[in-house]
Amino acid sequence: MRASFNPLRFLSPLFVTVSTAPAVAARHLSKSFEGKRVVDGLSFGVRQGECLGILGPNGAGKTTTLRMLVGATPPGSGELSVLGFRIPEQARAMRARIGVVPQQDNLDIDFTVIENLRIYGGYFGLTEAALKARIPRLLELAVLTDKANARIGQLSGGMKRRLSIARALINQPELLVLDEPTTGLDPQVRHNIWSMLRQLQNDGLTIVLTTHYMEEAERLCGRIILMDRGRILADSSPQALIRESIEPHVLEVHGANAEAWCRSLPAERDERCERIGESIFHYGGDLESLVRSLDAWEGVHYVYRRANLEDVFLKLTGRDLRDA
Amino acid sequence: MLEAAKRWRSVWRRNAWAWRKGARTALLGGFVEPLLTLLVLGFGLGGYVGRVAGMPYLDFLASGILATSAMNAATFEGLYLAYTRMAVLKTWDGMLAAPLSLADVVMGEVLWMGTKSTIGAVLILAVLAGFGLAASWTALGVLPLAFLAGVCFGSIALVVTSFARSYDFFVYYITLCITPMVLLSGVFFPSAGLPAIVRVASECLPLFHLVEAIRPLLAGSLEPGLLRNAAALLAFAVPAVFLAIWRLQRRLTQ
Ligand SMILES: Nc1ncnc2c1ncn2[C@@H]1O[C@H](COP(=O)(O)OP(=O)(O)O)[C@@H](O)[C@H]1O
Ligand SMILES: [Mg+2]
Repeated sequence: MRASFNPLRFLSPLFVTVSTAPAVAARHLSKSFEGKRVVDGLSFGVRQGECLGILGPNGAGKTTTLRMLVGATPPGSGELSVLGFRIPEQARAMRARIGVVPQQDNLDIDFTVIENLRIYGGYFGLTEAALKARIPRLLELAVLTDKANARIGQLSGGMKRRLSIARALINQPELLVLDEPTTGLDPQVRHNIWSMLRQLQNDGLTIVLTTHYMEEAERLCGRIILMDRGRILADSSPQALIRESIEPHVLEVHGANAEAWCRSLPAERDERCERIGESIFHYGGDLESLVRSLDAWEGVHYVYRRANLEDVFLKLTGRDLRDA
Repeated sequence: MLEAAKRWRSVWRRNAWAWRKGARTALLGGFVEPLLTLLVLGFGLGGYVGRVAGMPYLDFLASGILATSAMNAATFEGLYLAYTRMAVLKTWDGMLAAPLSLADVVMGEVLWMGTKSTIGAVLILAVLAGFGLAASWTALGVLPLAFLAGVCFGSIALVVTSFARSYDFFVYYITLCITPMVLLSGVFFPSAGLPAIVRVASECLPLFHLVEAIRPLLAGSLEPGLLRNAAALLAFAVPAVFLAIWRLQRRLTQ
């Protein structure tokens, strides 16, 4: 079907999947800081080849969970194994086989793009020959071939992020762990990163990422763990979460007359109604008649849309994912 | 062990490479500055003081300056540059996400600090030899001592860094520890001239032992005291390395 050059074929030797153990198995994982439980009894697994998104507001405990996962900090209690290695005991051996992209880039600013990859490969004990073979592919994947000899300071935020991801792939990992890969990036740059990650997924790489962007989780992840205050609220595919946890449609109404309009509605109705700040949310299967009722009103603005993960979060916590 | 050495080397190599890139500026501080001090004080002050401890003042001062510059090179690296890598640029976090442990990072850092002190010593020694101030082959013995000094003062600096919340903290260490140590360790004048109690205290300072070890070597004699002085430096270096690993482990992996 594809007669032309296929970049995915070309990139696939970047990853090797050998072990058959689950990528991650966590049981009753907890961690406290100064007596405060920030991760509170998490149990979850990640299968090989899966892309798991941990979605939650700031302070939910996402970074702490990932730091335990990669062996950067020992769990307070609970059991954890990654790629079949017990954590934290065998964390170093495990880290040789995963890639980590931190929340804040920590590229080596004293060096150029290509030097960053060489130095980082050195930490994995890779030989010059292995690096010579891998680096051009990684530069290509990150679309940084033209910038190979640029200093880190000359790169844009998106380029730095792509280089961080490429750097995490230097050891041909079986699992890639990313902490908020697109936070603070422009929408267009975000799409860039998404397409890079999708390419890796298609090649069979197992990915665990955190995000507080509903859209990111919905687009990239086959499975989502919704997390708040150190606990798992829901664990499912994004479609199933929306299908099972929330009504299919949402009518979001705001404006000067929104309250008046709401009071004008008959008291006995099927739809669920919530108030968040200035907005009134109606949830239900078919809200066409409600939408039509708005036609008669001045000074109301509305959005009629399908329910998404933000609505699920709102329903489960009573708070907004964006600023909870 | 070989595996561990490879991991240390990867950290060492990163620092060596970064140093090479900025070598011109690095040399200004690590090489030109001590030589300026030596020549200005040695010739300027030396004319007034004549012979000190049985040798021309310039000769006396040369060993002090060489020792101090070895200490400074590692101290600067262990305070400011290591803090930058640890807390500002998070270079160490990157290393720790690879299969390196904190002990590997500290060992790589400390070995690099030893190397950096040695590089400075090589350059200064070459100039000293040019002035006829290091005429004997025994002067080469200074190089392993400079390495040991780099490890010693570098690891002590890392312990200090493990407590630091900002660069300001280092002013305390430099003002309260490093500067008095330079003044009391027989760098500029023989510590024999100090009051008895201060002299005894000064013999507990690592820099004192470094100066004591270097001075006869530059003068061309091998003395048994050398081993005692080297052992004293080791006695500071080994616990400092372990303490640095323990402290930084606590700080970075909580
Ligand atoms: N090293 C630490 N010391 C004390 N508190 C911490 C530490 N790291 C995280 N926390 C606290 O734990 C909570 C969860 O943080 P984090 O895991 O970073 O959340 P997220 O990544 O979801 O925003 C926050 O309240 C944060 O302040
Ligand atoms: Mg976070």
